[in-house]
Amino acid sequence: MSRRAGSRGLLPLELRAAQAERAGKRVAGPVDLVIAGRGLTCVIGPNGAGKTSLLKMLHGLLPLSAGELRWQGAPEGLRARQGFVFQTPVMLRRSVLENLAYPLRLHGLGRTAARARAAHWLERVGLAALGEHPARGLSGGERQKLALARALVREPELLLLDEPCANLDGAATHAIEEILQAARREGTRIVMTTHDLGQARRLADEVLFVVHGKIHESGPAGRFFEAPRTGEARAFLNGEIVR
Amino acid sequence: MGEILDGLGAAAVLVFTLDPYLVEISLRSLAVTLSAVLVASLIGLPLGAWLAVRDFCGRRAVVIVLNGLMGLPPVVVGLFVYLLLSRSGPLGVLGLLFTPWAMILAQVFILLPLIASIGLQVMGDLWEEYAEMLTSLDATPTQQMGTLLWEGRHGLLTAALAGFGRGIGEVGAIMIVGGNIDHATRVLTTAITLETSRGNFALALGLGLVLIALALTVTAAMHLIARNRGTHP
Repeated sequence: MSRRAGSRGLLPLELRAAQAERAGKRVAGPVDLVIAGRGLTCVIGPNGAGKTSLLKMLHGLLPLSAGELRWQGAPEGLRARQGFVFQTPVMLRRSVLENLAYPLRLHGLGRTAARARAAHWLERVGLAALGEHPARGLSGGERQKLALARALVREPELLLLDEPCANLDGAATHAIEEILQAARREGTRIVMTTHDLGQARRLADEVLFVVHGKIHESGPAGRFFEAPRTGEARAFLNGEIVR
Repeated sequence: MGEILDGLGAAAVLVFTLDPYLVEISLRSLAVTLSAVLVASLIGLPLGAWLAVRDFCGRRAVVIVLNGLMGLPPVVVGLFVYLLLSRSGPLGVLGLLFTPWAMILAQVFILLPLIASIGLQVMGDLWEEYAEMLTSLDATPTQQMGTLLWEGRHGLLTAALAGFGRGIGEVGAIMIVGGNIDHATRVLTTAITLETSRGNFALALGLGLVLIALALTVTAAMHLIARNRGTHP
């Protein structure tokens, strides 16, 4: 990995000829990708295509075996300026409010200030009434909202989400999408994986179509859904199995 | 059967009359073991947390050694501490041999691997669950360790209780470094050994029952305290 010093922002974030391996087997790449500007990018593709690996490479959670990850600003600023929501969110054995205050406390905010800001975000995501409840007792949808709020509470420049609505019902999915739309309006750059093409159509400004760990096709969402350029993308959109 | 009943009777008399001898050695037993548990926990739990979050060359060997030391023979520890604190030993100048401090030190050596190993087991499991989330939130290694210690507090209480259970019933090491001196280093276990050797089986059994009751009481009290702190599962 290398970084460029300079402006205070994180973006553009670039993967250059980046590859990642697990147990000696390539799971993603080589990938060239630039995340910049505003908007929401959906990463779509068949199961096992490497969507999550791509996201984790961008977050620095999956070390690169080749290539590089470059970003603006301080060397230690990669994850500090990003938020990440995992497909199965992990809740600390604390109250909902304390879970939300936790990342703020990690970065030096005092207890009172952290709890106040956390309470504000609980209001925003509709969990204010559950503030003192144990976080591990929340429903799937509530957990995902809390995980999303926990990723947003430090006001990241880039928000990465891995299948944030997997296994959620329609109401919970709608609530999550509302929060994402609001974050996008406020200028947060969003990259999310989804297996739900309907969700990608509703949310995406840009689409990355991933197959076998590589970005097979990318571009504006409207164009991708109306006129995919590759046979694999056409097959995927038609509901066929892409191997 | 008669001796068991006599022992129960002796235990009842000792407890209900608040026998000064019993109170003195019980309090000393508690003080020595609780001090040792405290010191061993203060060292062993952060050590367990550190081993849980850090990956380094030789870590596996360290964990194997730590687990192996759980079965450290107390008499060997007693001998080691005796040599350490004896007049000609490296710490002989401190004059701690045959004092409760020597007994605490010996117990710390015995309890430390036990508490650190159980702590590592608890926090290792937690780390598997939390590693990506804590890394994603940019927690420093110290913050990661602090989080594991707090999140694993219920399991870590079990580690401390296991240490207490081993310490309160320990006799070999504290006999060697404490000397079982009346009004100075005599504790419940060494008193039981003494009364048995004198043939006072009823009194020895009575002291044994008091020891068991003490261990159960402390364990129950710690569980109750933990539960009443209102922490989330």
